[in-house]
Amino acid sequence: MSAMRVLSGARPLLRKEILRFWKVSFQTVAAPVLTAVMYLLVFGHALGGRVSVYDGVSYVQFLIPGLVMMSVLQNAFANSSSSLIQSKITGNLVFLLVTPLSPAAWFIAYTGAAIVRGVVVGAGVMVVTAWFAPPGLANPLWIVSFGVLGAAMMGTLGLIAGLWAEKFDQLAAFQNFIIMPMTFLSGVFYSVHSLPPVWHVVSHLNPFFYMIDGFRHGFFGVSDVSPWTSLAVVGASFVLVSGIALALLRSGYKLRH
Amino acid sequence: MSAISFQQVEKTYGSGVHALRGVSFDVQPGEFFGLLGPNGAGKTSLISVLAGLARATRGKVTVMGHDVVDDYAQARRALGIVPQELVFDPFFSVRETLRIQSGYFGVRDNDAWIDELLASLGLADKANANMRQLSGGMKRRVLVAQALVHRPPVIVLDEPTAGVDVELRQTLWQFIARLNREGHTVLLTTHYLEEAEALCQRIAMLKQGRVVALERTSELLAGTATTMLRFKTDHALPASLVARARVTGRFAQVSARDAGDVEAVLAQLREAGVPVEDLEIGRSDLEDVFLDIMTTEGAQRQGARQ
Repeated sequence: MSAMRVLSGARPLLRKEILRFWKVSFQTVAAPVLTAVMYLLVFGHALGGRVSVYDGVSYVQFLIPGLVMMSVLQNAFANSSSSLIQSKITGNLVFLLVTPLSPAAWFIAYTGAAIVRGVVVGAGVMVVTAWFAPPGLANPLWIVSFGVLGAAMMGTLGLIAGLWAEKFDQLAAFQNFIIMPMTFLSGVFYSVHSLPPVWHVVSHLNPFFYMIDGFRHGFFGVSDVSPWTSLAVVGASFVLVSGIALALLRSGYKLRH
Repeated sequence: MSAISFQQVEKTYGSGVHALRGVSFDVQPGEFFGLLGPNGAGKTSLISVLAGLARATRGKVTVMGHDVVDDYAQARRALGIVPQELVFDPFFSVRETLRIQSGYFGVRDNDAWIDELLASLGLADKANANMRQLSGGMKRRVLVAQALVHRPPVIVLDEPTAGVDVELRQTLWQFIARLNREGHTVLLTTHYLEEAEALCQRIAMLKQGRVVALERTSELLAGTATTMLRFKTDHALPASLVARARVTGRFAQVSARDAGDVEAVLAQLREAGVPVEDLEIGRSDLEDVFLDIMTTEGAQRQGARQ
């Protein structure tokens, strides 16, 4: 099947998935923006005077890209995973299962809508927080690349989690025990250089670290590791999870019994 | 070419349940076909395999000549499934739901057909209502419309009238009968045997994952043409009649071979002092045939005919 046919097949589902979160945007866009602002106010005030990470960059400025990226990642994950689990539990996934849509079209639509939600929320957080302390825009291309790629990676992980989970609490466990720790330990709130050597090494095994570090590079032009290294790690991770997601969709894992 | 073809379909679930044990039959284009059987007989499994919701462990299923696994896209385009469960997407209105479903099948600018569906199913004034606001019967109508957005030649209705009021049943059957007259093939599963008797030209009966009867409805009825004695009573039937009677509340039916047998039954009732009301004598209906096949001779019957 040609790429064009897959894309045109995916379009109606992509539209529906975007419409789904947009109809409840107060909960799916406004709420996470508010959460990020809370983090900024609390951590910014508590740590603002004490922590300095890069020369000429205040802690609040440093924190903003981390919060933006964290919002992108969490919302991208939430979009695909919650849409799938809701459709599975309420049973309306049957409307999709009886259609001729290919596994690739499913993948593009769920991941694509997750990217849109992640980017919309991220942009919202950026607009609101930049008002407190503009962080600078050293290289917008890195910002866009890491923002989109990070959202794609997390949207795909959300797709996998949504396929795997049979109940909301299983999904919550996935979110609380895997996604949250990996996000928080990735350098959202601090530079991993300030960590003891052991945790420094551990952080470098966390793909989330590279997403946030590369993203931050786009703002300040400096980062803990080279953005090219980060791009390679995040790109490879995305290829890996995409392969898994497509294989699960093709096999009908927990969809077609 | 058959509209639907099941060839030696077997299905064993991961749990070890052996739901289908070699089911084979064909539904011809334009037919109104009934699939009957008690709960757990395998009807829903068979329809799930047909729709691609489940995969057959063995065997082959085609829709309009397209294999449901190897050529799933074409097979699903030819198929409109009305699912048994009353499911809906709470995010959307009726019209949005139908537009989205059209999109999945690659049908664009479908509003003319959507309007016709809405009108035919009595949904026109609900087009912009959110799915959550609809009553159960209205949701059921939307399910039917959703299955038909892409104008499939083959329509599958899985228990469409379960828990549905009389008015909707009438609307639904008028509409489905019209589609059938226009050339659509219809496969129906139902628990309401009078519906199957009235609508279906041919019937297959499933029991424990096997086809135990497959005939024209008229022949099925003729095959066990016995006389039925129907009456109402508040009293217990005499022991001699209990075994051959079917009792539903105060409504009793007793089968009889001929006129003499009818007299014998009435005599027994009189002797036992059982007063009867609304006595009538009629032919056995599909329900009698169904019970007969399911309870007594199911396996032998199929064996004898093959």
